[in-house]
Amino acid sequence: MSFVQNFPFFSIVIAMFSGILSSALNGKQARNVSVAAIVLTTCMSAAVLAFCLSTGESYTYMMGHFPAPWGNEIRAGVLEGLTALIFGVVMLLAVVGGMSHTFLDVEPEKLNLFYIMIDLMLSSLLALIYTNDLFTAYVFVEINTIAGCGLIMIRQKGRSFSAAIRYMIMSQLGSGLFLIGLTLLYDVTGHLLMSPAKESVAKIVAAGAYEIPMLVILAVISVGLAIKSGLYPFHSWIPDTYGFATPTASAILSGLVSKGYIFLLIKIFYRVLGVENVIASRLVNVLFLFGLAGMIMGSVHAILEQDTRRMIAYSSVAQIGYIYMGIGLGTEAGMIAAVFHMFSHSATKALLFISAVGLYEVSGEKKDYRSLRGAGYRNPLAGVGFAVGAFSMVGFPMLSGFISKLLFATSALQSPHKMPLTLIGLAVSTVLNAVYFLRLVITLYTKNPDGEKTGRFRIQSGMLKGAILCFILLNLVLGLCSQPIVRAIGDGLAMFG
Amino acid sequence: MSRRKDNYENSLWKKFRGWVDGEVDLLADGMETVDLSRRAGGNAAEAGEISTIPADSDRIRRLEEYREQKGLKLYRRVYQVMSVLLCAAIIFVLLWTVVYLPVFGEASNPANNEVAARYIESGLQETGAVNIVTGMILDYRAFDTFGESCVLFIASCCVLVLLRIDRSSHDDRQRKISEETNDRLYEPKNDIILQKCACVLVPVIMIFGIYIVLNGHLSPGGGFSGGAVLGSGLILYLNAFGFQKTGRLFTERTYRKVTLCALTFYCVAKSYSFFTGANHIPSGIPTGTPGAILSSGLILPLNICVGLVVACTMYAFYALFRKGGM
Repeated sequence: MSFVQNFPFFSIVIAMFSGILSSALNGKQARNVSVAAIVLTTCMSAAVLAFCLSTGESYTYMMGHFPAPWGNEIRAGVLEGLTALIFGVVMLLAVVGGMSHTFLDVEPEKLNLFYIMIDLMLSSLLALIYTNDLFTAYVFVEINTIAGCGLIMIRQKGRSFSAAIRYMIMSQLGSGLFLIGLTLLYDVTGHLLMSPAKESVAKIVAAGAYEIPMLVILAVISVGLAIKSGLYPFHSWIPDTYGFATPTASAILSGLVSKGYIFLLIKIFYRVLGVENVIASRLVNVLFLFGLAGMIMGSVHAILEQDTRRMIAYSSVAQIGYIYMGIGLGTEAGMIAAVFHMFSHSATKALLFISAVGLYEVSGEKKDYRSLRGAGYRNPLAGVGFAVGAFSMVGFPMLSGFISKLLFATSALQSPHKMPLTLIGLAVSTVLNAVYFLRLVITLYTKNPDGEKTGRFRIQSGMLKGAILCFILLNLVLGLCSQPIVRAIGDGLAMFG
Repeated sequence: MSRRKDNYENSLWKKFRGWVDGEVDLLADGMETVDLSRRAGGNAAEAGEISTIPADSDRIRRLEEYREQKGLKLYRRVYQVMSVLLCAAIIFVLLWTVVYLPVFGEASNPANNEVAARYIESGLQETGAVNIVTGMILDYRAFDTFGESCVLFIASCCVLVLLRIDRSSHDDRQRKISEETNDRLYEPKNDIILQKCACVLVPVIMIFGIYIVLNGHLSPGGGFSGGAVLGSGLILYLNAFGFQKTGRLFTERTYRKVTLCALTFYCVAKSYSFFTGANHIPSGIPTGTPGAILSSGLILPLNICVGLVVACTMYAFYALFRKGGM
């Protein structure tokens, strides 16, 4: 066994240990530990990805001395490595970019607690990505939920408490449904590890037994994870949560946490329930319709919104809708498009939240989007970053959003029944996206009529600039070099099967 | 040459400009109104941050009145009815599912497979723990249990964020002092009956808790249950004798040190075990004679760690809810 194969386990443990260690450190030290942990785990994820690409197969890793059906296990393949790598990069940039704001928003005595939340969030995301065991997934879903709640309420201003409570209630509802689904699944299969559970499920389906429990399991797990990731009818927690948390937290919650649950859902579809059974159950059609509704309604809400960050938050509702629509197409190509859009959205949405920080800094920290008028001139880089993010969301060529829209459209052509709806939904949603994002961009680059200078709020933050530059670069990489990434996603999904 | 437009004020271009500048909203009618009313509705904390446009205030007031009188009542009624119906539907579906599940306790159930068989048959030799459940959670599936103790850790961090009153805010400090005096007013600290009872009960509870933790691998019990008993003993002591006396034994520093050491030990020990297991290296940890107190390898120290974390978390929750500090 090669040493690289230990890296998934190392990265989970390093992230956890840095969280434990941070409880004894002060804010600055905790931040350094946290950044170091994220850098280290991201490098390890890259190594895992390179290893899996070179060997061309996935592997499982025993957590302890007992093999698969008895002990815990984690699993790494191309898709896991790629997701962990992109999540790591986005997390690093979000933490670094929002740092100046974090220090303003969080009480100094509680700063180390903030970084504990970040560390444990990282470890739970990595564990959700690498897990090969359903109950491990549930435990880390819990850590993820509590850490998310802590990240929201640590700001302790405005509506962040009510946002946190709302997040907690909705999220716990999702976790509860997920747990009920896992219990039912254990009852009919007798396994918690994914590979033996999949064999049992295949036998059950072949024998035609437990038809109704299987349908309920599928529905309950999908709905539970859909609530947690904020699919349209369950999106009510999103705007307040993303709008009132500190920017780093908003970027992480919108960019990574919801995607972690979607990744887990895809993994359960492929590794446990069997994607062909999921398609046969027609549940995908429900996800498809909810996704479509989310694409349209999220954008409509965003157009009606005045507060910039709530506007970006509503845009997340629309983008989550895209991802579920891709899953709902029920084809391999649709799934690839959904996974690609997951990456594209996490890079873009985090960029929007982080560059909004830079724009707020020069505009007096007001929430209303009108106050950002001319901010693109006062903080050029943040303006460019925001514009790139907005164009990418709309689907401007060369940027990542364009590729995901292209992938969705081409994959729609393969499923004739859903093609018209998908294409119309894409077109309408793109126009609606353009309406509010271009309004924001035009506002940024409209000169203040009275020539009033608001430059006195200016804070020179080198880290923010670096983070925005890296985010733009990441977006361009996803947009221009999409082919190898799409191929890697395809390989990774094939390894899941 | 295009004809010069006279009514620039009403032209589409002007409206578009206005909309871009945020002065006019093309979609101002309809759903927008709901949105504005929500923003204006009852959050005084935000009032400073949102600049309300004067022209809207009239409309907002009218909407508020409407909402108060009619809309809200109707909405609430519909909401209540719908939520009850939804819950009933979900309960029905879940109960309906249970009918189709394997019959409880049958020998042929899918859950009675090779997994449970190996836990029961060779659990004692493989883990050295007489208590099979402890062997399962701390050896076979130790990674999950590590996650569980991290859940406790992060939950206590969240409560710290929410409830700890820090030195940084002077107002809070004043409030804390006044609350402490209130505490004395409403809860008599020198309650002789409570103190005498606590004198008898606390040592017994503590010893029982320690017994449960230490015998976790031999008899029913373990870190989680023993830790809960230890924590409740501490809370009883605190209630009888107040923060000042408990402070001699247990402060926030103690809490931090104990949690840090316990979780670090758990993390390091289990990482060693996972690493050796995955790389097929013998771990070299003896399992000892089954039934002896010093047996079953890492399970005993891990139980102690979990017990300490649970006890500290329980006590910390209580202290934080009571006065916002330890």
